[in-house]
Amino acid sequence: MTSSDIVITATEKKPVSFYASVAAAAGAFAGIFVGAAQGSTLLGLICGAILMAIVAYVAVEVLGREQEKPLRWGLVILFAVVGFLFGGTPGGVIGALFGWFFGWFVYWLGFNRYRAHLVPYLTPGQVFWHYAFRVICGAIFVFLITPILVVMPLSFNAENFFTFTPEMLRFDPEGYSLRHYRDFLTNTEWTNAVKNSLMIAPVATLISVSLGTLAAIGLSQSHVPAKRAIMAIMISPMIVPLIISATGMYFFYSKIGLVGTYWGIVLAHAVLGIPFVIITVTATLVGFDKSLTRAAANMGADPVTTFFRVQMPLILPGVISGGLFAFITSFDEVVVVLFVGSAELQTLPWQMFTGLREQISPTILAAATVLVAISIALLTVVELLRRRSERLRGMSPG
Amino acid sequence: MTSTTDTNVPLEGPTPDDGLRAAEQSGPMLAADGTPLKRSLAKALRREKMRALMLIAPLLLFVLITFIAPIGDMLLRSVRNDIVSNTLPETVEQLASWDSTQQELPDEDTWTALYIDLVLAEEQKLHTRLGSRLNYELTGASSLFRKTGRAVGRFDTDVYTDQFTELDESWENAATWVNMFSESDVADALPLTARTWERWADYLESEGDVPAEEDVEDFLFTALYKDLTREGVDVSGLSDRLQQAAAAVPEFETVSLVEQFEDADEDWLDPAIMQTIQTYSPRYTSGYFLNAVDAQLTADGVSARPENERIYGILFKRTIFMSLTITLSCIILGYPVAWILANLPTRSANLLMILVLLPFWTSLLVRTSAWKVMLQQQGVINDTLVWLGLVADDARLVMINNQFGTIVAMTHILLPFMILPMYSVMQTIPPSYLRAAKSLGATNWTAFWRVYFPQSVPGIGAGSILVFILSIGYYITPEIVGGTTGTFISNRIAYHISSSLNWGLAAALGTILLAVVLILYWAYDKIVGIDNVKLG
Repeated sequence: MTSSDIVITATEKKPVSFYASVAAAAGAFAGIFVGAAQGSTLLGLICGAILMAIVAYVAVEVLGREQEKPLRWGLVILFAVVGFLFGGTPGGVIGALFGWFFGWFVYWLGFNRYRAHLVPYLTPGQVFWHYAFRVICGAIFVFLITPILVVMPLSFNAENFFTFTPEMLRFDPEGYSLRHYRDFLTNTEWTNAVKNSLMIAPVATLISVSLGTLAAIGLSQSHVPAKRAIMAIMISPMIVPLIISATGMYFFYSKIGLVGTYWGIVLAHAVLGIPFVIITVTATLVGFDKSLTRAAANMGADPVTTFFRVQMPLILPGVISGGLFAFITSFDEVVVVLFVGSAELQTLPWQMFTGLREQISPTILAAATVLVAISIALLTVVELLRRRSERLRGMSPG
Repeated sequence: MTSTTDTNVPLEGPTPDDGLRAAEQSGPMLAADGTPLKRSLAKALRREKMRALMLIAPLLLFVLITFIAPIGDMLLRSVRNDIVSNTLPETVEQLASWDSTQQELPDEDTWTALYIDLVLAEEQKLHTRLGSRLNYELTGASSLFRKTGRAVGRFDTDVYTDQFTELDESWENAATWVNMFSESDVADALPLTARTWERWADYLESEGDVPAEEDVEDFLFTALYKDLTREGVDVSGLSDRLQQAAAAVPEFETVSLVEQFEDADEDWLDPAIMQTIQTYSPRYTSGYFLNAVDAQLTADGVSARPENERIYGILFKRTIFMSLTITLSCIILGYPVAWILANLPTRSANLLMILVLLPFWTSLLVRTSAWKVMLQQQGVINDTLVWLGLVADDARLVMINNQFGTIVAMTHILLPFMILPMYSVMQTIPPSYLRAAKSLGATNWTAFWRVYFPQSVPGIGAGSILVFILSIGYYITPEIVGGTTGTFISNRIAYHISSSLNWGLAAALGTILLAVVLILYWAYDKIVGIDNVKLG
C-alpha cells in the first residue's frame, strides 16, 4: 500500500454552490484561451463558465459516483469531437486533454477528494495553498523540462524550419521526416565532428580519472600538509570561468606549440575534468573503512594488491561516475576548443556552436536529440552507480 | 597500509612486551624496536605524509602545468608591454630625457633614433604591429605608422650616403663595415652606429643573408654621421678612412629628419604621438588595466576616458546586474522545487529529481539551442501565443538577442546548480520542527519564516554563490541568445582575443574577472567548503 492510497479525511459530497462556482471559474479560465483563439475572448469566458458549471452539477448531483466512468469517458469524447471541429487534429488532441482534465476535476472537487490525503484540521486557506504550491512547483518543473522536450519533435521536421509547421501540428506524416538525422549521419562535417569528439573525450577522461583517483586517495588520508590549498588548486578548473581558462591556455599553449594540436585539446579537457573526478571519488572515500586495507595488509597483501583487490572495487562506482562527468565535460566543452582547437579538430559542440551562430540547418536539432539520448543514458548509469555505491558502503538500504 | 615486511619480523626481534618492560624501567617511552616512541611515531607520520604527497604529486604537477601556468601567463600578459622598447630601443632611450610637458617637439637626435628604429622595424615588418599597439592608446597611430613605414625607406638621407662614398668609395662596400665593427675600439668610439649595425646584421643573419654581401643602407650612414658629429668623438688611432670622414663631416650637407617625418605625415608634429611613445616605453605598464576600467594613461598621468568611449564600466555593471538577476531568479524558482523535493516521500521525490537532473546532464549547447528555438520571433512560444490569439501576428514578442533572452536561458541552465545544494540542506531539516512551531501557535507563515527559512539559508548561500560564480563568466549562452545588449564581459574578452587582437586588454579584463571570481570562490570555501560540493 503506497502512501497515495491512504485516505485521511473522509470524502463526502460538497455543497453545489462551492463546486459549481469553482468549476465555472476554471471553465472561464480555459474558455479565455479557446475564445481568444476563435476570435472572441469574452464569449469564450462566458461559455466556458456556464458549460463547466452545468457539467459539474450534472456529474455530482444527477449522475453521482456510480456513473463516474461513463461520464468521464463521455466528456473526453465530447471535447475531442468539438475540438476537432474547431481546430482539426491538434484541436482534437487538446480537446481530449481538456475533457480528461475536467472530468477528473469536477469529481475531485464535488466529492471532497482533494482533502483525502490531507490532515482533517487544515483550514480551507491552507488546503488552497497546498495545491497552489504544487501548481507553482509543477510550472517550474515544466520550465525545466520543456526546452529539452521541444527539441525532440522538431528534429523530425520535414522542413528547414526551427519551429512547428502546420503539417506537423496536423500530425500529417508528410510533415515529419528523418532527413536531418540522415544529414547528421552522412554529412562529413558532422561525422568528422563526432569522430573528433569521440577521439578526444575518452583520452582526456582516462588522464583525468587515473591522475584524479590517485590524488583523491592521497587527499583522503589524514595528515596531508596544505590539504585545503591543494584541494582549492585542484577544484579551480571548475570555478575559473571557461573564457579565462581558454584565454590563458591559448597564450600559453601557443608558446609551447600545442595550439591546434590533438594533444593540446586533450590536455586542456583532461584538466577541466579533474575537479569532477576529485569531487566524486573523495565523496566515495568519505565512507571508506580504512580497517579493510589494514586487514588486507595484515594478511600479506602488498599495497598494489590491496589497492586493486580491496580499495578499487569499493570506490569503483565513484570513479566511474567521476569518469562520466569528466567525459561529458570534454564531450560538451566548446570554449576551450574554439581557442585551442583548429579547423581540422572541430568537435561536435564546436560544430553546433558555429551552426547556431550562423543558423545553418535544423541538423543541429537532430544532433541535440542524439545528445539528449546520450545524457539520459549517462544519467541512468550514474544514478545506478550512486545507489550501488551507497549500498556497498552500507549507507542506505535502498 | 603497513608494508608486508613488518609482518615478517624474525622471532628473536624485540616484541611490544620488551618495549613495555623498557618503559617501566626508566627513561623515555620506547617503541617495540627500541627507538624512543616519540621519534618512531614522528617517523611513521612523516612516511605517511610522504606517501600521501607522492599520490597527489602527479596530478598537482599536471594541474600546475596545464592550468595554473596558462592563467599565470595571462596575468603576466595583462601588464607586459615590451613591444615599444623592443621595436624602438634607440627612440625610447632618447625620449627618457625628454620633458614631455613642455609641448615642444623632441630634439633632432630623437628623430634620428626614430628614423633608424623605424627603418629596421619596417624591414622586419614590425612597425604595423607597433602601430596597432599604440593605436589602443592614441587613435590614428596605426595609420600613421603604416604611412610612415612606406615613406621611411625613401627619406632624403641618401645625402649622407653620397657624401661618404664621395670621400671614399669603399664605404659603399659592406665588407668594410663588417671589418670595421670587428674591432672593439671602433664600436666604443661610434656607439650608435655599432648598435645599429649589430641590429641590422642580426636581422640579415636571421633571414639567412650574409651582411657582408648586402648593400649598405642609408640609415647606417645617417647613424655614422650622427656619431661623427657628436661632441667629444675621438677617432684618433682608428683607420684612415674614419679619420678622413671625421675631418670632413662638419662641412657635410645635412638633412633635417623632423622635416622628413613631417613630409611623411604631419601628425608627427603633434607632440601627442611622441608623448604616447614615451608613456608606453616601460616594459611593464598599467595601461591595459586602466583601459579595462575606462581610464587611460597619458603623459599627464591617469585620466578618465571621454564619456562616449566608456564601455567597460557599462559592461562590468551589466555583467554584475545580469548575474544578480539570474541568481535571484534561480533562488525564487529553485526554493519551492527544493522544498517539495525534500518534503515529498522518497519515491516521488526521486522521480521528480530526474526532471532536475536531466537538464543538468544535458549538453549546454542543446539547452541553448532549445532556447533559441523557443524564444525566437518565429519560435515555439511566439507561435503558441499567436495561435491562442494573445499576440497579434505582426506584433510578435522580441524575446531573443536581448537581456531577456540571456536571463531566461541562463536561469534555466543554472537552475539545477541552485536546486541541488538547497535540496541537500533542506533534507537535513527535520519536518517535526515545523509541526512543533505550529503546535505552539505559530501561523503557517511564522512557522516557515522563523523556523524553517533560517535553517535553509546555508543552502541558499551555497547555491547563490555557485550560480553567481558560474554566471558571471558565462560565454556560450550570451553569445548565442544575447545579441548586443545581453552580452557579458566574457564576450568582450573573446572579441579582443579573436577579432581586435588586443590581447593585453583581453588579459587585463580577464584578470579583473578572475579576481572577482576568486574572491567569491574564497567566500564559498569559507562558507560551504570546497570538499562539500556535491554533484547529482
